[in-house]
Amino acid sequence: MLRLLAGRLLQIAVTLLLVSALTWLVMGAMPGDPVDLAMLSDPHLTPEDVARMRVLHGMDQPLANRYLAWITAVLRGDFGHSRLFAVPAAQVLWPALGSTLVLLGWSLALSLLLGLALGALGAVRPRAAWLVDAIAILAQSTPTFWLGLLLIILFAVELGWLPAGGAAEAPGPGEALRYLVLPVATLAIVNLAAYARHGQAALQAELGADYVRTARMKGLPERAILWRHAFPNAAIPIVTLLALDAGSLVSGALVTETIFARPGMGKLIYDAIMGNDYNLALLALLLAALVTMLATLAADIAQRLLDPRLAP
Amino acid sequence: MTRLGLGLALLGLLAAGAAAAPLVQAWLGHDPFLPDLLARFEPPSRAHPLGTDDLGRDILLRLLHGGRVSLAVALAVALGASGLGTAIGLLAAWAGGWTDAVLMRIADGLLALPSLPLLVVLAAVDTSRIGLPRGEALSDILRIAGILVAFGWVPVARLARAAALAQLGQDYVAAARIAGASEAWLLVRHLLPNIVTPIAVASALSVAGAILAESTLSFLGLGIQPPAPSWGNMLSGAQEMIFSAPLAAVWPGLAILLAVAGCSLVADGVRRRPG
Repeated sequence: MLRLLAGRLLQIAVTLLLVSALTWLVMGAMPGDPVDLAMLSDPHLTPEDVARMRVLHGMDQPLANRYLAWITAVLRGDFGHSRLFAVPAAQVLWPALGSTLVLLGWSLALSLLLGLALGALGAVRPRAAWLVDAIAILAQSTPTFWLGLLLIILFAVELGWLPAGGAAEAPGPGEALRYLVLPVATLAIVNLAAYARHGQAALQAELGADYVRTARMKGLPERAILWRHAFPNAAIPIVTLLALDAGSLVSGALVTETIFARPGMGKLIYDAIMGNDYNLALLALLLAALVTMLATLAADIAQRLLDPRLAP
Repeated sequence: MTRLGLGLALLGLLAAGAAAAPLVQAWLGHDPFLPDLLARFEPPSRAHPLGTDDLGRDILLRLLHGGRVSLAVALAVALGASGLGTAIGLLAAWAGGWTDAVLMRIADGLLALPSLPLLVVLAAVDTSRIGLPRGEALSDILRIAGILVAFGWVPVARLARAAALAQLGQDYVAAARIAGASEAWLLVRHLLPNIVTPIAVASALSVAGAILAESTLSFLGLGIQPPAPSWGNMLSGAQEMIFSAPLAAVWPGLAILLAVAGCSLVADGVRRRPG
């Protein structure tokens, strides 16, 4: 287990390094470097000033040198400054990460609950299987941003029950919860399809196994057979799915946050890219990638704990 | 109706609508690109079957024209992702060893990353520096398709590799080698026809993902640039007028949903087909 952990952590570090190098290259090709932007916002700058600023900020150095300087600073714990928010980048990153994790946690819990309930329904009542199938296909084909838009139109514009977006201004859990309902619902509905389909398939397979027949023969009630015997075994492929899906969960959060104007990692990445805030964009991107890969690793470990056959 | 039939029917319907866009335009007699500020937010009528948008342009016509753009991106991604994915998967399975390990670690890495933040970064790159002008419909389509292929090949390659590995151990491969078939001939003429099904399934799912990703990027303002319509950027326009014309937000999303559901149904149908 320790060897596996060390290997995977090394792989994560290498991936982050590669992504940061590639993104640095790509961002070098984006329109407007910071000095160009300063020039646009201040007409009094002379060409000499611009040349001096380029030297001062190291923009006259080749891309590779700048990258090395940046990465040594980051490894020392110096995340630099955000151009857009005019504060140290770390000061924007951590609250955004917290907000995203809250959104992801609630919507993951809700989509697992609903998805597995649907899957169980489809597995136990074969006559309802087509309905579960139809719901799953509809849910996985719905664009996240469209669903968010429809929910805003229905619950915020027409009915006026919930806020259309933003973050709670008044403190207190009740107010924060009101702002969470629509984003969490959006993300949960889009994600539940995969859990419903795989849950149904896995439960169906387990319910046909010999040990289930033995349990029935012992006279166990159906409910106990389903939840105590079949479900724990069917949970293993679901955990595998969670490991594979961590990336798309984070991607979904980006869209959801942008639509509902929630201050989280996704919106931060989008705003930073749009505002030419390269440093913040890169840091946020790497943080999102790190969280995704750690979540994948956690799911892999959970899978090994659940399934004794996989334990070393 | 089977899943495959239903999926093909949905995709065929959307493709026919996109193909018929100039005909419908001639029949209705509007220009979907020309703003008409006197006819903003008109309700559905005989002249405008789905009403008009914030600039007085006919929504039905823009929907059909947007379908041409969105489906063109999907088609380009389908070709690119299935071609690249099949080639990489076959190469990894055939070569084995280090080539296989490196290619599959790259695939793992791409799969583990959150794709949308990366797509946003890539889509914001200024392609005019490498000679692709921004804001023109064709170069936008190529740019977005290229970015999506960079991620879309992964599932195709993994499935192609797994299927090819299973086939490489079969007797007919050994027989072909003994008969003196060159390795390239063996892979293309003997192996490829036997792994077409998993490749088709993975490609159909890649296309579904590409339609969603393209519309998401266009919605965020990074994909197809207005005034060229695409389903994604029509929704972006609709978001700004949810108070004045909420219905305008319904149609483009419905089109995306049907297209993606069509691809998923085709993938499901091909997978379940006996034989």
